[in-house]
Parts: sequence; C-alpha cells; structure tokens
Amino acid sequence: MTSDQTPSNAVELGAFLAGLPGVDEVGARGRAAALGTRSIKNDAKAWALDAAIGMVDLTTLEGMDTPGKVRALCAKALRPDPTDPTTPSVAAVCVYGDLVDVARGAVGDAIHVAAVATAFPSGRASRQVKLMDTREAVAAGADEIDMVIDRGAFLAGDTWRVFEEIVAIKEACGPAHLKVILETGELRTLDNVRRASWLAMLAGADFIKTSTGKVTPAATPPVTLVMLEAVRDFERVTGRRIGVKAAGGIRTAKEAISYLVLVKETVGDAWLTPDLFRFGASTLLNDLLLQRQRMATGHYSGPDYVTID
Amino acid sequence: MTHDRIGVRKTHKLFIGGAFPRSESGRTYEVATATGDFWSNASKASRKDARNAVIAARTGFSKWSAATAYNRGQVLYRIAEVMEDRRAQFIDEVMAGEGVDEAAARQQVDAAIDRWVWYAGWTDKIAQALGTANPVAGPYFNFSIPEPSGVVACVAPQASSLLGLVSVIAPVIASGNSVVAMASTERPIPAITLAEVMATSDVPAGVVNLLTGDPAEMLPWLASHADVNAVDLTGVTDRDLAISAEREAAGTIKRVLRPGPAADWDADPGMDRLRTFVEIKTVWHPMGI
Amino acid sequence: MTFDYAPAPESRASVEIASDYGLFIDGEFSPSASGSSFVTVNPATEESLSSVAEAGSADVDRAVAAARRAYDTVWGPMPGRERAKYLFRIARIIQERSRELAVLESMDNGKPIKESRDVDLPLVAAHFFYHAGWADKLEHAGYGPAPQPLGVAAQVIPWNFPLLMLAWKVAPALACGNTVVVKPAETTPLTALAFADICRQADLPPGVVNILTGAGETGRLLVEHPDVNKVAFTGSTEVGRSIMRTLAGTDKRLTLELGGKAANIVFDDAPIDEAIEGIVNGIFFNQGHVCCAGSRLLVQESVAEDVLERLKARLSTLRLGDPLDKNTDIGAINSAEQLARINELAKSGQGEGAERWSAPCEIPERGWWFPPTVFTGVTQAHRIAREEIFGPVLSVLTFRTPDEAVQKANNTPYGLSAGIWTEKGSRILWMAQQLRAGVVWANTFNRFDPTSPFGGYKESGFGREGGLHGLGAYLKTEAVR
Repeated sequence: MTSDQTPSNAVELGAFLAGLPGVDEVGARGRAAALGTRSIKNDAKAWALDAAIGMVDLTTLEGMDTPGKVRALCAKALRPDPTDPTTPSVAAVCVYGDLVDVARGAVGDAIHVAAVATAFPSGRASRQVKLMDTREAVAAGADEIDMVIDRGAFLAGDTWRVFEEIVAIKEACGPAHLKVILETGELRTLDNVRRASWLAMLAGADFIKTSTGKVTPAATPPVTLVMLEAVRDFERVTGRRIGVKAAGGIRTAKEAISYLVLVKETVGDAWLTPDLFRFGASTLLNDLLLQRQRMATGHYSGPDYVTID
Repeated sequence: MTHDRIGVRKTHKLFIGGAFPRSESGRTYEVATATGDFWSNASKASRKDARNAVIAARTGFSKWSAATAYNRGQVLYRIAEVMEDRRAQFIDEVMAGEGVDEAAARQQVDAAIDRWVWYAGWTDKIAQALGTANPVAGPYFNFSIPEPSGVVACVAPQASSLLGLVSVIAPVIASGNSVVAMASTERPIPAITLAEVMATSDVPAGVVNLLTGDPAEMLPWLASHADVNAVDLTGVTDRDLAISAEREAAGTIKRVLRPGPAADWDADPGMDRLRTFVEIKTVWHPMGI
Repeated sequence: MTFDYAPAPESRASVEIASDYGLFIDGEFSPSASGSSFVTVNPATEESLSSVAEAGSADVDRAVAAARRAYDTVWGPMPGRERAKYLFRIARIIQERSRELAVLESMDNGKPIKESRDVDLPLVAAHFFYHAGWADKLEHAGYGPAPQPLGVAAQVIPWNFPLLMLAWKVAPALACGNTVVVKPAETTPLTALAFADICRQADLPPGVVNILTGAGETGRLLVEHPDVNKVAFTGSTEVGRSIMRTLAGTDKRLTLELGGKAANIVFDDAPIDEAIEGIVNGIFFNQGHVCCAGSRLLVQESVAEDVLERLKARLSTLRLGDPLDKNTDIGAINSAEQLARINELAKSGQGEGAERWSAPCEIPERGWWFPPTVFTGVTQAHRIAREEIFGPVLSVLTFRTPDEAVQKANNTPYGLSAGIWTEKGSRILWMAQQLRAGVVWANTFNRFDPTSPFGGYKESGFGREGGLHGLGAYLKTEAVR
C-alpha cells in the first residue's frame, strides 16, 4: 500500500494517494470513541497532566493581538502555574508572524516559538506571498512554522500543487520545523484526511496538524486517529517519525488525556513526547492546571487560582 | 371384421433431475384405481433413488435460488399453463385414483392449477412481505430478507393426490427451494403426470423431483441426509414414522414441518408454508462519508 | 516514567449478593424441594459468590404450574396495552439499575466491565423497550389479524451474555402474551436472579416470570415438561440436537440459537484499520465467548502478511485482567471447563501443524484466563477451522478470489454470521447474497440491536430473535395448511 519513493510528478502522487486504503468513517469514529472510555487515574493521570502541559503550543491568533498580549502569553508559557514551580513549561508559543520577534524576546531559548504562515488561516494568497510570510517569520526567530495547505487546490484535485507548495515552504523554513495544517474541517472526509496526511509527509512535513482553530470542526478524536495511523504507517515504510498536532476545540484536561490515550494505543509510547505530539490550544492549559492543582491538594480548585492572560 | 383398438399404456417412472428413470432397484408396485382395477406398475423408489434425487435437488437449487423472483414467477405460471392443457387428463386421473365424481375431480384440478397461479404471483412478493428494514440505534443500514432454506424433502398428502401435492410443493419452490417430494403411495399417477408438466414448463432440472413408492422406506434416509435442509411431514400418516423422522432431522438441525390436523386443501393457503421454508438473513452496513 | 494506566476498578458498592438464593416461582423465592444447591464462582478470582438452589423435577412442576396459572388467569387475558406498560416499567428499572447489573454480570461471568456496561446492559434495556411497544400492536406485525400467544415458554439461557440472552427471550415472550420459566446457565445465574427482583419492583403479576436455577438436568426437565408450549434454547449445537430429538412428536414449538464458526472475510481493498478493529472485535469481544464470533479470518492472500502484521501489533495493545477494571479489554474465561476446552483445541491446532501466536500479556495467578491467540497456516481441514472454540482464538486462512472466499466461508455445517471487509459496494452486496449465514456484517462486526433479527442457517439453529421476525417465535400464526 505504501511507497518510500517521494513522488516526482502529479501522476505518481495522484496514483499513490488514490491507492491508499479507505477509511470507514463509522468504524473510525467507533474506535476513537472506544478509546475515549479509557479511565486514567492516579499516577497515570498525574503523568498525563504534566505530559499534556509540556505538549501545549500556547496560542494566540487574534486580529487584536498586541505585543503586551504576546508577552503575557509567553510568561504563562514559561511558568504556567506560578504557585507551583514543579509545573513544566509548555512546548511552544504560537503567534502570527509579525509578533514572532516579541515572543522570541520574551521566551529566549527556553521554549519554541511557532509562527503561523502562508496566509493563515485561509491560505489564499500567491506562492510568493506565502514564501515571504515564511521567510520573514524564520528571520524574526521562529523555529517552527505552522503552514496551511491550499484546501482549494486539494479539493479541486490538484494535489501536486499542494505538494509542491509544501516542498517550497519546507525549503524556505531552513532549519525551522514545519507543521503542515490540513484544516481537516474543510476536507470533510476521513479519506481526505488520510490522503492529505500522506501528501504532507511525503512533501517533507515534520508535523501534520489538524486545524487552524478558525474552522469548525477543528481537532476531533477520529481525525486525530486517522492522522496517527498515517504517521504510524509512514514510519513503517520510511523509518521516519512524523509528529502530530491536534489543534482547536480541545478545552478540557479530560479531552487532552483521551488524546494521549489515542496516541499511546495507535502509535505507541514513543510518540508521547513534545517532539512528536502537540496540542494547539489556549484555554486548555488552565484546565490542565486546575486538574493538576486538584491532584496536588486533594480538593477541587477554582478559576481564581489559575491565571488569565 | 373390426377390432377394438388396444390402448397404448404408459410406464410410470420416477422424476429425478429432469429425467424419468426407473427405480435403480428395478422394483415396481401395483397401483389400482379407486375401484380396484389394475392401473399401472409404478416405480417403487429406493433409498438410493432418494439419494440421487437429493443430489439432483442440490444442483437444481443452485440454479433456481439464483434465478430472479420474476423469472421464478414466470416459470410457475408456465406450469399452470401447461397443466391447463392437460386438464382433461388430470381430471380423469383424479377421478380414477380418488374415486370422486367428475365435478369433484374438476374442482380439484382447477384448484390445483389456480394454486400455481397464486404462487406464481407470490415469488416476487415474498421478500416484500417477509423482509424488513430495521431501524437500528446507530449509523447502520440494516435490512432482513428471506432466502430459501435449500433442499426440502416433502411427504405429499396421501388422500389429495393432486391438489395436496401441488399445495405442498408450490410454496417450497416459489421461494427458491428445490424439492424431493414423495407422492401419495396409493395414488401416485397424477404426480407422474405433474412431473411431465414440470419437464415441459421451463422448470430447471432438479428443482422438482418426484418419487413414488413407500415414504416409510425413503423418509428416514431423507430426514437424516446431511444435504437436506428441511423436511415437510405433511403427508405422513404414521405417527411413529413422523416422530422418528423428526428425530433424524435433529442430526443436522433441519427445519421440520410436522404433520398437522387434516388439511382443507381448498382453503386459502396463507403464508405459513412460504414462511416455513425460508431463512431470514440480516445485513448490516455502516452509513458514513 | 511512562504512561501506564493505573488500576481503575469499578466499585462493587452498588452490588449486594446474598449468601444464598432460592428459586423464583410464582413471585416468590423458595428453596428447592430437594434442598440441593450449587455454588457460583467469580471466574476472575475463583471466589465463591453465592450458593444457588438447584431445581429438580418437583420445582419444575411447580414453576410450570405457576406459569400456566398466570397465563390462564392474568397475563393471557390482559390487554396488550397493559402488558406493554409492565415491559416499559421493566425497561426503566433496568436502566436505573444498569450499573449494578453490569458489575454483577462482570463478577459472575468474567466479562470486562466496559462491555457489560457499554454493550450488554444498554441492549438489555433496549430489548425491553422495543418489545414493550409491540405488546399492543401485534395485529400489525404481519402474523394475521389476531395473533395469539402460545402459552408457557421454557427458555434456556447461555452463560456468555447471561442477562442479555434472558432479555432476548423474556421480552418478546411477554410482549406476545406468553408466560415464561427461565433456566439461566449454571455458571452465571446471578443477573437472572437480580431480574427476579426487577420483576418484583415492577409489580409483575406472580407466575408471569419464573426463574429456575440449575444445570443441564434442570434444563432437560424443563424442556421435557408436558405442559410447556414453547421451548427456546441458546447454547451448543449438541444440546440443541438433543432438545430437538426430545421434542419430536410433541406440539411444542421450538427455536434454537446454536453454535457458529463465522468467516470474517478481508479483501485487499478493505478499509484496513477498521478491518483490523473488526477482526479484533469479531473474535476477542467477550473473550470470544460469542456464538457469532468471527473465528475464521479469511484474508486475501495478497494482503495477508500486511494484515497479520497489523493485527499482531494491535493485539499487543489489548489489556487482559481484572474484569472490573474499566480499562480491561479481555476478561476471564467463564469456567475451568471452558478453559480446558479452549486449551484442548489450541493444542490440536499446534498438533495439526498450524502456527500459534499469542499476545504478550501477563496472566493473573488466580482465575481462568487465555491470552488472545492467532493461528496462522490454518487449512479448512484443521479442527480449529471447523469446530467452535468459543474462546479468544482466531484461525487465519487465505483466499485468492471472491468465489473462493465464498466457498470457504460456506464450507461449514454452521451458518450463523459472516463478515465482509471491502470498499467495493457491489462486491459487498454480491458476497452478502452468497453467504449462507443469518447475519452478515459488512465493514462492521458484532453489532446487535433489538430491531435486528438474529439467528442462524443450517446447524446454527432456526428461528430468529429480535425484530419483527422474532415475534413469530412466540405467536400462533395461521394454521399451516
């Protein structure tokens, strides 16, 4: 079913993607739901909460973002719970390209700075604009680029165009890691999610990411399951491990933990690291902290005991 | 000097796999009219004939069960048409065999022909009457459809030699089963004539197999035969024979229709015979994008 | 540290098990006439759970008489709309007590709590809800204008889904106006006894439901009782055969839901990840104690290696252990006797030259367990390809073409279920038509619903349970002419 040959033209790529096995939506949903019933308690929960915090790309992607907002976000990212220094830092902050320098200034080398690029979130701009967007973010200090794919081209059947664009952006990234946002809420079918995942991995993605967070539905367990299956199978064929980022719509610790279950039971423990699994989120972090406080203190915490940024 | 013409008599044989063989045993038995006159030396089928009939029926089943319901309806209607051509012959034979007057015999023959017409109309409605779409609580399309059980061994009624016979075999084959039927022992002649109708009515070979002789000799072998799927004991008059056949049938969990109270073959047959010799298959498939 | 799931045991607090139970006859618990009893055991720990009365011939007489009386005086004459309300009540009480019943089922049977909680109990309640609605609508069910009940039904229940199989039998019987005498399996009587308490809470008239605990002998006495009108049995083909022989020559109606050896057929264009899940669910659901289990994997030769590699990787994630742990996937084997049978057949598989692979899982010290096991290199001639193992053992065979898949799938005296995995619609429908099996799951497996008729072809039995067709098992229809 798979090939370790990077496709060299549209025909090869099209044939490869068409040859991928289908996804039965009901079955995939059923599998994701079944894993969602895992009950994570005690030590396992404590481990999962810290792991999840360490996998968060703490994100602000608003038109009203300011340097002040980004600096506050960065402070939170470095010390999520000022009352408990044992709390790990998050993996990265994720901002628009024009605020990368602010973020980098605030976090130094302590954590990653991710920039969304390529005319985020719609991806509707010329190739030149997208490349410029990427290069500027890298130059400003981003070491991770979250690009969006051209969903229009994908849905129109021009997968080669999508592929070439990822290759070009990857090159523009230089040393920065590339996360490729599939925007699965617009691809609609899990078959498309599987094809887009493979397309992105073959084109050089370091991570494949579900969503921009601007489209509903964003990350869902079935979509993430299918993407995890894709990275698992990609490793079988190429030996390369690709990361997965579930972004958008994950707000509670319980949900986050169920994603970690999904990771563990689909690709295995090796993926339970910020190098290979991330959450793109903003409000999730506070719920993880509340649950962490509950485990530390033995009583339920409240919103006044975590910081609003 | 003139002579009365001497009639040409027919040898009455079995009907297996579309052919008319004699019993492999070489045996015959004397069949008399209701008034006790010699009528024929009918073939006395053996267990090996019964076995051969099952082989033929299995072959017939593959073809017949795969035929469209529409096609089966056409064939059953063709049987009625060909029977109608031989109406006078059937009336004579029922009169001779059952000892009834011409009006009664005519009524029975007409009812038998009409029964084929009735079942001809059923073939493409069974699935609609016995099938369902099932509203399961989940994203699945789920439906149930009747399918024929397979090879059915029938003991035809002893008294009603034509209408009774038609009434048991027509519902069996209407749904796509094939049949090995044991005709009325004492009155087998209409069954052989019916076999000649079958042979000229586009009924695929092996779908209907008719044996004459003693059911007590054949039934135990058919009831225990692992390639028979169902047993219809309607015509069994010996209670011990019926019980032992049912016990034998348990060996491979056959569907068994027990002998019931004396049947009124003139009444509306209803659906129960059709229902008895079908299996319900339920198919699930997810509904997703 | 890694992400190892901590134990997450479901609380036993909701369950109260009495030290001993009598027989439930005519609305009351009473000891057996002979005073004899037997012990039911938790298969995961081998601890005794309770002592249960063993019904003998006098008890069977009394239960059938109570059922007859209730049929003649109360339940038979009662309008369908009133019967319906009793069934709705029972359904509601089952929902209310579902956690308790799920825990009890897992303790007595050994099945994982996630299955008793998420599969068995929701279906039990659903079966009563579904059939409740039929009670006053039977004239619209296609069995004639005024279908009548049969009378007293003797119902013999298996141990693999104790309460669910009780629901499959009791709900349609009561909806159609029959009264019942139920004989739960010897190793799993507790949820049936809890059901007696549910009948009490529902104010069900005495004698409508009677529950006789006991072993095979009790079942035999019950089905042979001359005042029983209907026998419904779920269990082995061997016992089914003997019941059928016993009933020969009587007027008793019979339905049998017996064994199976289902083929789960995977084509090269299958939705592979869901097919793997379907294979796992097909044979390892309920430890493979499932009559319709997909115990023969027929995989297209061109993808066999890939499928097996994926399957083994997936099986390595299965969690075997404490049935009450919410994260347990594989529970205990129901009895020492069943474990011995599984071991015997597995040994024969090895002896006949098939290659055995078992998932790497730790087997608890106490209790009866068998790891998820796959045999490859199996041919149609092997015993493990022909006999029902009724355990977590999968036999893998290959095929080359759709016709060959059909031939091999049908090449068995059984015909209960089958699975098809392919993305090609027309092939699914063709295969579904060719397979001689009562339930065909395409791109799914082991789904159940009260509206969906269940039952077998050939030696897997006759009659259907569930759906409109299931009602036919409990109604006098037009006289067969």
